[in-house]
Amino acid sequence: MRIGLVCPYAWDVPGGVRSHVSDLALTLQERGHQVSVLAPAEDPGDLPAWVVDGGRPVSVPYNGSVAKVTFGLKTTRRVRTWIRDGEFDVLHVHEPVAPGLSLIALWAADGPLVGTWHSSTARSRILSAGYYVAQTAMEKLSGRIAVSEDARRTLVAHVGGDAVLIPNGVRVADYAPCGRLPGVDPDRPSLLFLGRIDEPRKGLDVLAGALASITAAVPDLQVIIAGPGDAQERLDRMDPSIRGHVTFLGRLSDQDKVRALRSVDLYVAPHTGGESFGIVLIEAMAAGTPVLASDLPAFRRVLLDGAAGGMFANEDAADLSREAISLLTDPAERARLASAGTERVQAFDWASVVEDVLAVYEAVTVTGEPVTEDLRGQIVGRLAGR
Amino acid sequence: MTWPWLLAGGILVLALIGLYLSSTAGRLDRLHRRIDTSRLSLDSHLLRRSSVALEVAASGVLDPASSLLVVDAAHAARTAVDGPAQERAMTESVLTAALGAALADPADVLQARTSPVGDVLMDELAAACIRVELSRRFHNDAVRACRQLRRQRSVRWFRLAGHTPLPSTWEMDDTLPSGLRTGQGLA
Repeated sequence: MRIGLVCPYAWDVPGGVRSHVSDLALTLQERGHQVSVLAPAEDPGDLPAWVVDGGRPVSVPYNGSVAKVTFGLKTTRRVRTWIRDGEFDVLHVHEPVAPGLSLIALWAADGPLVGTWHSSTARSRILSAGYYVAQTAMEKLSGRIAVSEDARRTLVAHVGGDAVLIPNGVRVADYAPCGRLPGVDPDRPSLLFLGRIDEPRKGLDVLAGALASITAAVPDLQVIIAGPGDAQERLDRMDPSIRGHVTFLGRLSDQDKVRALRSVDLYVAPHTGGESFGIVLIEAMAAGTPVLASDLPAFRRVLLDGAAGGMFANEDAADLSREAISLLTDPAERARLASAGTERVQAFDWASVVEDVLAVYEAVTVTGEPVTEDLRGQIVGRLAGR
Repeated sequence: MTWPWLLAGGILVLALIGLYLSSTAGRLDRLHRRIDTSRLSLDSHLLRRSSVALEVAASGVLDPASSLLVVDAAHAARTAVDGPAQERAMTESVLTAALGAALADPADVLQARTSPVGDVLMDELAAACIRVELSRRFHNDAVRACRQLRRQRSVRWFRLAGHTPLPSTWEMDDTLPSGLRTGQGLA
């Protein structure tokens, strides 16, 4: 099958949607499909052969944060050329309501179109402001996918209709052994925190509150904190007795994140909210690291209510320290959780998730009509198509 | 002085109305085409499901009573293809029920999977059932969007839908047999 994927966010900037598209593209290619990805790129020279540059990204405020997207007449022309030359059997746009390539591609294409909703928002500005524009584009989607129940609710509330739930995947093979991370002492017990230091919902404060009693029980514990944010400021606020145990690593590359996961004895996810899926847990389980997580609904689901990883009461530092101590002092239980995690993570492996995506493609491509350029009634389209 | 302005204003308003109507007609046309495609897709996946069901029943991987039940329902579903849509949807629901009864127990499915033929057939049947479910949802989605648009006053007053009959959703039971449920992904 010839498949076109559209990612609205810059390819050079790490992000959830971008890695979803990249993993999906790689997995589809391993299945023998021909895949072309259209995405904005800061540096087009760095792109893999299967990614086509959609234009230079600009930063715009969207959905409560800053998104790097691209638009304009020049971009529209590129989108149209890409659709014309691609001769796709199916065109799959991601985050169709984000202002940028996905919406433009929806306008410019006709035929078997599939859309995936990623984010969940209480209110979608683009749909309230540009209702007519967006609605018209949404009507073209033959198949709609949501990556989480929250994303599905957002879609149902703002666009109407329904969507199929296909969760995010993890390329489990990418988490295969790749060495230890220097900076983590192999001879000391260690636990890892991943995520923005200054984002309260990542829960570093809960972990910090538990560290005094954990280090009292495990005196040579090394606490690895990896994520962007002001480390010095955070360290100054910590209890002096635990400062010596803590190592800040800053933001890690994808590869170093895997290394860090594989180097530690326990991954702690003290998130207090805002997690609709729990991809962080799945990544840790794919790396073979035992997990201890707060009992958010999304985490309970991933960890099968504690069967595939330890759980503690959300925002309860005392419960966290109790559970952490019992795991850090029990290697057999850690090994059991690690192997339960490895088994659990198969359900989220892209190798099996891609089956469902292909089922959606098959459901919309039965007639065998390819994706074509849509020029009807669109003045902008005609101008840009030249 | 005022007449030319009024005239120009009138022309502009008419042009805007015309533009709106033509783009709405375009949307409607596209939705109708989408419904044609999704209906075709649903048709072909239903056919696929009933033929896999017949093959399962004929292969002897199920017990004779279940096989007979499935053959009967699958045959009825295939002969209803040319009949009225409602009747057809009903026979397809009966097939769903028959498959559900024959493959209710995961243990039975595991037993069927012990032979190489059975294993392949169970995979094919699960895939066919999932595709029926998907294409029915996508079809009904398109129908709902179309009916919503056709309720608009501009569409009714200017008869933008032409003579295309009002599409209706495809209502049937498409539950995956509980024995085929793996808990992974859509299955």
